[in-house]
Amino acid sequence: MVLFLYDKTFEGLLSCIFFAYAQKRFPDMILSATDQQPLFADERYVVDTDKEKASRVWSSLEKKLSKIARKMMMSVWISGLPETEMLLFRYIRKNLDHPQGVELNFGDADVLRVKEIAQQISREAHRIVQFVRFQETADGIWFAPIAPRYNMLPVVVNHFRSRYATQPWILYDTTRNRGLYWDTHTVEEVSFSPADLAELRLGKLEGEKQSDDEQLFQQIWREYFRSITIRERLNLKLQQQHMPKKYWKYLTELQQ
Amino acid sequence: MNEKILEKLSILADAAKYDVSCASSGTSRPAVKGGIGTTTGWGICHSFTPDGRCISLFKILLTNHCIYDCAYCTNRRSNDVKRTAFTPRELAELTIAFYQRNYIEGLFLSSGVIRNPDYTMEQMLRVVKLLRDEYRFNGYIHMKAIPGASDELIAQAGRYADRMSVNLEIPSEENLKLLAPEKSYSEVFAPMRFIQQGMLESAEERKKFRSAPRFVPAGQSTQLIIGATPDSDRQILTLASALYRRPSFKRVYYSGYIPVNRGDSRLPALAAPPLVRENRLYQADWLMRFYAFNASEIVNETHPDLDLDVDPKMGWALRHPEFFPVDVNTAPYEMILRVPGIGVKSAKLIVVSRRYGRLSIPQLKKIGVVMKRAQYFIVNRELPMQTVNELTPQYVRRQVTQKQKNRAAALLQYPIEWGE
Ligand code: SF4
Repeated sequence: MVLFLYDKTFEGLLSCIFFAYAQKRFPDMILSATDQQPLFADERYVVDTDKEKASRVWSSLEKKLSKIARKMMMSVWISGLPETEMLLFRYIRKNLDHPQGVELNFGDADVLRVKEIAQQISREAHRIVQFVRFQETADGIWFAPIAPRYNMLPVVVNHFRSRYATQPWILYDTTRNRGLYWDTHTVEEVSFSPADLAELRLGKLEGEKQSDDEQLFQQIWREYFRSITIRERLNLKLQQQHMPKKYWKYLTELQQ
Repeated sequence: MNEKILEKLSILADAAKYDVSCASSGTSRPAVKGGIGTTTGWGICHSFTPDGRCISLFKILLTNHCIYDCAYCTNRRSNDVKRTAFTPRELAELTIAFYQRNYIEGLFLSSGVIRNPDYTMEQMLRVVKLLRDEYRFNGYIHMKAIPGASDELIAQAGRYADRMSVNLEIPSEENLKLLAPEKSYSEVFAPMRFIQQGMLESAEERKKFRSAPRFVPAGQSTQLIIGATPDSDRQILTLASALYRRPSFKRVYYSGYIPVNRGDSRLPALAAPPLVRENRLYQADWLMRFYAFNASEIVNETHPDLDLDVDPKMGWALRHPEFFPVDVNTAPYEMILRVPGIGVKSAKLIVVSRRYGRLSIPQLKKIGVVMKRAQYFIVNRELPMQTVNELTPQYVRRQVTQKQKNRAAALLQYPIEWGE
């Protein structure tokens, strides 16, 4: 078994491609130096990240792959799934080896898998855009906790930045304990102390942290949600299909 | 804002809930400096009610007072219900507060008719003018055009709204006359035609001057109530397909009749709204818009109503075994699209992928083909000759309805836990 070790950067992964072709050694496994390593590797290679070589690999991909395919590769990369490295490695290799590239061959399991993961990421981005709930704080900042499966803040930031350009907001990923703060001019990274975080994870700002009207508007929204429901048509299964339970924690209309 | 608003909201949202349209698609307003909101990106639903429907827009009535007496409506003047009205300012403020919290994509404003159509339209206009001009709101606005309102008011509304709708409600003119004596098709079609004309003119203008004002950029829609009258699916789909031929028309919504006014002899006494029929109509509508089906292929003189047990595409396929089997590895896209169990997405994937080599059954499955339905209609090297022609349409119909019956039963047994 051939094992590559790299530094967990995208450029590092592209460097692995370059290394593999140059050495004619193709990995069965790609790990970072800090990952738990298998005992049974016959060959171990530590691949140094080389920006120059990485960009050469990337430009040959640019010639073969459409923008959509390259975007899908980036989605796989940010997914951080355990299969990421090997899937991208095989995907890149198949495209480099095929005269026209294989991005449209959905009969190929790797091509289809890249598309599936990209779809999962875009589905989650869509759900965040749908289910984020801002609460107005006493100091006029609009705060929204999220708990996504993947690291979605960089994916959705532009949506909220253009939509809520004039109101300062914080989008906070309570799973990863980091957030983005938009002060109406720039976006900055922020993080809260463990004590604050415990409270934030509950999804509700407490008493004096809220603006004067916040409670009332939340109550009005819950009332709206109740009134707009047609009882003769109840279909809780359908509701859950569209709005999975894992998002309910931070949904104002479903809180008491 | 205060607690009084809560009561108004509860009455007026409750009265607005039977309007099924809620979509926020078909327009693109990029952010403007100093304004709040955009409509770029996806058609976003922000929540789903326990009836499984999407909340995208703040769907609300300005008032539930009404001078008319339509048999199918809770707001009709002969009903003894609590009446109330928002002031335009209250409604604009609520919309902004909801939007800032990311509860909604925008406003869907409707109203009962107060005094006369023009007065009502003027009040509604006040709300949207406040929103756009004073609050600099740049999100989605869908407005109901009140039949009978003057062209001038509709023209003004069209410059503020993304979408406008006039509801036909009843699929045939004679039955509309029966249930809504004060309304007529000509009164409903007049604003529809005017909106279309405005849209076309604005599109022409914008070809010459990019800055020309937009008029209802997301087009118009309408709603038909299903099952309140004996109108057939053929009448309904023929009407819908005629509407879709108009360049401004984006959506027809079908709303299974809910008996809100019991004891009116002009209306059928239904135990439950005809949800399966409504669902089949949406499927048929989908076939017309995305699968290049004609209304007459879906329903005709011999089959005036949709088959409730199978979806309309399956229904068509079973009536036309001579089209099948289709070879997925060689047939044109349009034919593949007609195979039950293959949707637009998987049809596209099949057509691009087969250039690399023949697709096997497991590959088709992975691509998203529902083999349970498709197996009777396709050929592939590996497939035995067990298509709809050998097995007969009757046999296939039994096979596919068996499975669906079980599913439907599971849905009905689902416990109801919402509400009091
Ligand atoms: S005009 Fe509209 S609100 Fe008035 S009774 Fe008829 S359907 Fe209801």
